Amino acid sequence: MPLTLIKAAFDRAIGKAVAADLPTTPELKSHYDVVIVGGGGHGLATAYYLANYHGITNVAVLEKAYLGSGNTARNTAVIRSNYLTPEGVEFYRASVDLFQDLSYELDFNMMYSERGQLTLAHTDANLRSFRQRCAVNQHFGGRTEMISPDEIRHLVPSLNMHPGHYPVLGGLWHIEGATARHDAVAWGYARGASRAGVELHQLTEVRDVLVESGRVVGVATDRGRVGAGCVIQAVAGHSSVLAGYAGFKLPITTYPLQAMVTQPVKPFLDPLVSSPSLHCYVQQTSRGEIVIGGGSDPYPLYNTRATLGLKEQLVANAVELFPRMGELRTLRQWAGLTDMTPDYSPVMGLSPVENYYLDAGWGTWGFKATPIAGKLMAELVAGDGGVPRLMQPFSLERFRSLNLVNEMGATAASH
Amino acid sequence: MKQILCPMNGLRDIDEFVYGGVVRDMPDTAHCSDEDWSEYLFLMDNTAGLVREWWLHSPSGYWFIAERDTVSDVISATFDPSLFFTWAAAEHTQANSDD
Ligand SMILES: Cc1cc2nc3c(=O)[nH]c(=O)nc-3n(C[C@H](O)[C@H](O)[C@H](O)COP(=O)(O)OP(=O)(O)OC[C@H]3O[C@@H](n4cnc5c(N)ncnc54)[C@H](O)[C@@H]3O)c2cc1C
Repeated sequence: MPLTLIKAAFDRAIGKAVAADLPTTPELKSHYDVVIVGGGGHGLATAYYLANYHGITNVAVLEKAYLGSGNTARNTAVIRSNYLTPEGVEFYRASVDLFQDLSYELDFNMMYSERGQLTLAHTDANLRSFRQRCAVNQHFGGRTEMISPDEIRHLVPSLNMHPGHYPVLGGLWHIEGATARHDAVAWGYARGASRAGVELHQLTEVRDVLVESGRVVGVATDRGRVGAGCVIQAVAGHSSVLAGYAGFKLPITTYPLQAMVTQPVKPFLDPLVSSPSLHCYVQQTSRGEIVIGGGSDPYPLYNTRATLGLKEQLVANAVELFPRMGELRTLRQWAGLTDMTPDYSPVMGLSPVENYYLDAGWGTWGFKATPIAGKLMAELVAGDGGVPRLMQPFSLERFRSLNLVNEMGATAASH
Repeated sequence: MKQILCPMNGLRDIDEFVYGGVVRDMPDTAHCSDEDWSEYLFLMDNTAGLVREWWLHSPSGYWFIAERDTVSDVISATFDPSLFFTWAAAEHTQANSDD
C-alpha cells in the first residue's frame, strides 16, 4: 500500500473524525415552537429559513420515512418560470433566482445546470398560448422568447422535427430553464437547518393533529405526543390526510406521477425538451442518463406502483422525439404521489385552524418552488400574521371566493 | 394489464375505462349558498382507503359504480348505476325516520 494512504488514514484516525452531514434522530422533546410535518425539500427549506433568517431554532421536522424520500427524490428536476399567470410567473421567478445562488447559500453543490428549456408547438393553438406565456414572462423580466423551426433544428440537432406525425411549428425558448440534483436540495437545506439547531426526526410519523378550541396545540406521532406553538404541513401527496387529522378538507386529489431514466450515454442533448401535445418531456442529466417524464396517471391513488401502459406510452413518445433513443435501455422507473389542485396552483398559507399552516398543492410542479416556498413559509410563521405578498394569490380561501389562479395552459405536460 | 369487471360487459382491460369521480350528493343548486356550492366543487375527501366511484366503460358508453381501495388499488365490487338511486332513496328514508 502506498505510504501516503497509510499516512492519510493515521491523520484521520488521530486528528478529526469525519463529521456526518446530518445528525442521527434525537429524542423527541415535549414541546417545540414550530413543528414541521414532512421532511421533503419544502419542509426542510422552511426549517432552514426559520432558523437562519428569523432566529427561530426550537423547531422539529418530523418525517415518517427518511429525509427527501418523497417527491423530492422522485421528481424530474425541471426548474423554470415560464408559466402563464402573472401570479405564477412572479412566484416561480423568485424561486429560480434563489436556485441560481443556492449552492453558495448552502455551501452544498446543487449541480445547478442552466440548459434552457424548449417547449415545442405542434399546433396553431400551441403557438398562440406560447406567445402569451412569452409576453407574460418578458413582462416580469424573464428571458423567454419564441423561436422558429430553423432555430430549433440548430439548437437540438437530434430532434425529430415530425414527432408522432405532428409538425414542429415553433418553440417557447426559456433561456433560464435549468435542472439540479434534487437530493442535494433536501440534504443542503437539512444540513443548514440542523447546524442552526433544528431537530430532524426521521422515522417519525404524524398520526393526528391536536386541536383545542380551533387552535393547534401539537401532534400525535408514533413516538409519542409533541406540543407545538404552531404546525406546518408539507407532505405533498398526503396533504389531505394531514388536513383530515386537523379537521378540514382541501381542494386536492392525490394522483401518481410516473417517470423513468435510461442508462447513461455521452452528452447529446443540452436543453430540456418538452412536447405538451405528446405528453412527454426529456432531458439529459450531468451523468448522461436521459430522464423521461410525462402526464399524470388517469385516476387517483395513494400508491407508488408503476404501470406498464403508462411507461410504454412515455417511451414511445420519447423515441418519437429522439429516434436514436430507441437503442437505449431503461435503467430505473418509479412514481410519486402528487397533490393535484383544480387550478394547477399551490395552496399555501393560513388554514381554518389557528397556527396551523399549509404548504400543499404542489402537484407535479413543486420542486422548482422549494426555495421560495420555504422562504415564504418561514416569513409567514415568523411574521406578525400578515401573509407575504407573493404567497397571497395561493390561499386556500381563493376557492371560496372563486379567485382561482388558473395555470392550466402551462401544465399540459406536467412538470 | 389490470382489468375491471364491468357490470354490463364483463371483465375488460382498464384502458377501456375512464374514471368519473367519487360518488357523492350534489347540493340542491336552486337553494344552496355560494359557500356550499364552492365546497362541493372544490373541497375533496381525497380518502386514502375504500371509496365508491363512478367509472365509464368508454366503448359502450356505460356508466357504473365501483368500490375501490385507493391505497391498494384493488377494486372489490362493481354495481349497476341504478343502485345509486336505491341508496339515495334508502338514505332519504333514513334521514326522514331520524326526524
Ligand atoms: C415523477 C415526478 C416528477 C416531477 N417532476 C417535477 C419537475 O420536473 N419539476 C418540479 O418543479 N416538480 C416536479 N415534481 C413535483 C415535485 O416533486 C413536488 O411538488 C415537490 O418535490 C414537493 O416537495 P415536498 O417537500 O412538498 O414533498 P415531498 O418531497 O414528497 O416530502 C413530503 C414528505 O412528507 C412525508 N410525510 C407524509 N406523511 C407524513 C406523516 N403523516 N408524518 C410525517 N411525514 C409524512 C413523506 O414521507 C415525504 O418525505 C414531480 C413529481 C413527481 C412525482
